[in-house]
Amino acid sequence: MARWSYPHPRPSEITPHAAWMNRRHFMAAASLAAVAAPFSHTGPAMAAALRTQPGPFQATDRPTSLEDITHYNNFYEFGMGKADPSAYGAGFQPHPWTLSVEGLVAHPRIWDIDQLMATMTLEERLYRMRCVEAWSMVIPWDGFALATLLKQAEPLGSARYVAFESVVRPQQMPGQRAVLDTLPWPYVEGLRLDEAMHPLTFLAVGLYGQTLPNQNGAPVRLVVPWKYGFKGIKSITRIRLVEQMPPTTWNRMDPTEYGFFANVNPDVDHPRWSQATERVIGASGFFGGGRKKTLMFNGYGEQVAGLYGQMNLRAQF
Amino acid sequence: MPWRFETWVITLLGLMPAALYFWYGAHDQLGADPVNVFERWLGLWAVRFLLVTLCITPLREVSGYSLLRYRRTFGLLVFWYACMHVAVYVALDQQFDMAVLWRDITHRPFLMIGAGAFTLLVPLALTSNTWSIRTLGRRWRGLHRLTYGVAILAAVHFLMAFKTYTPTSVGYAAALGLLVLWRGRQVTRMRTASDRGDMTQP
Repeated sequence: MARWSYPHPRPSEITPHAAWMNRRHFMAAASLAAVAAPFSHTGPAMAAALRTQPGPFQATDRPTSLEDITHYNNFYEFGMGKADPSAYGAGFQPHPWTLSVEGLVAHPRIWDIDQLMATMTLEERLYRMRCVEAWSMVIPWDGFALATLLKQAEPLGSARYVAFESVVRPQQMPGQRAVLDTLPWPYVEGLRLDEAMHPLTFLAVGLYGQTLPNQNGAPVRLVVPWKYGFKGIKSITRIRLVEQMPPTTWNRMDPTEYGFFANVNPDVDHPRWSQATERVIGASGFFGGGRKKTLMFNGYGEQVAGLYGQMNLRAQF
Repeated sequence: MPWRFETWVITLLGLMPAALYFWYGAHDQLGADPVNVFERWLGLWAVRFLLVTLCITPLREVSGYSLLRYRRTFGLLVFWYACMHVAVYVALDQQFDMAVLWRDITHRPFLMIGAGAFTLLVPLALTSNTWSIRTLGRRWRGLHRLTYGVAILAAVHFLMAFKTYTPTSVGYAAALGLLVLWRGRQVTRMRTASDRGDMTQP
């Protein structure tokens, strides 16, 4: 009878200890992928279900419909019309995607988006969103606090600001192929470090329990609910910790109209229109639900007013 | 002359875009921001008809084809659309909040310019009839040169209405500007001709 000899794995085949310790995460991700498989391919992100738990800071307003959230968008990379991102976003491929956390950090890292979503505990947060154009929505985002990601990277003492950069893909984004560029690409944004580390500041990877549609900034976007919506940079590729205040796209376009801080403030008007009221998308209706009075810091004053203490909000708008 | 059949047809057809979008709006088919969309649609058609009125004389000069008899009809359509545009802004958008409206009109150049364009349209509309032409005589022509002022104010208002310059707003503003310039050169040439005592141009 021949001695049965069991196969000796090569050292390169042995699962690293860290991965083995994280096996439950991988199993969850795998089962999620199996469920999502009929809906996802490398290509346009068909919505895949996300496993989330309820998060803090829930708004008490009525959520805007998924239809309105996904068909009324400012995403000039796909075109200037509100319906353009949903109409022309299908060719965009948010997978595979990497998000680089770099700059003045102790542990820079290039995250694969799927790895990031598997690692982070995803929360669902219902946030108000106020656009500088004086309309607003209430959106149930799914994601995690930006602070979680930044803490893992460990910002150095010299880091004062966080700079964000979006994507340039003219072959997939018709708005970036226009003869006359509407905006300079890539779209860039920035936050002061304390704003970025605030628990309200959110990186969204989904909405309404599904992965982000392309027109909403797939696969990962920023949400800063007490600031005007243009601060919510979409399809982020890089997050960099820096010492100097970084350039932001709309401020570059017109510094008299769009500031770096862009805090929602009914007392500081846009040069061309008032910011005292807003049209609530989906609620105002044709014959007038009417406009809603805009709240200071979009109603998040209790949470964030402390960040701005003595600052002159009219000068630093 | 104003009671000609075609003028009624043109007016009715001209008001169709407004009626259509009003119907859409009332049936929740104008998308997520219906009041804003309707307001902009009405403004756009006011500009379109304004372009038509400004093209009539150049068209006649270039091709000899005269649509002069219909210019009043199109001019009045500009006025109706401007009225509706303002009405939607006052009634549906700002909900008759007079305090806010007054503050906006007096503080926002964008709105001041729009209000200016509308204000200039009022005397033009009021004098768009045969009685006025007869009564005002030569001064009627001078008064109706205000159309060029309306065109310039409307172009600037249009350009200021969006966050950035859009192909649409730049296109229409350029068209309006070109037509105003064309007519400006025309008027200058006529003045020079009349100075020389040479009145060959009508």
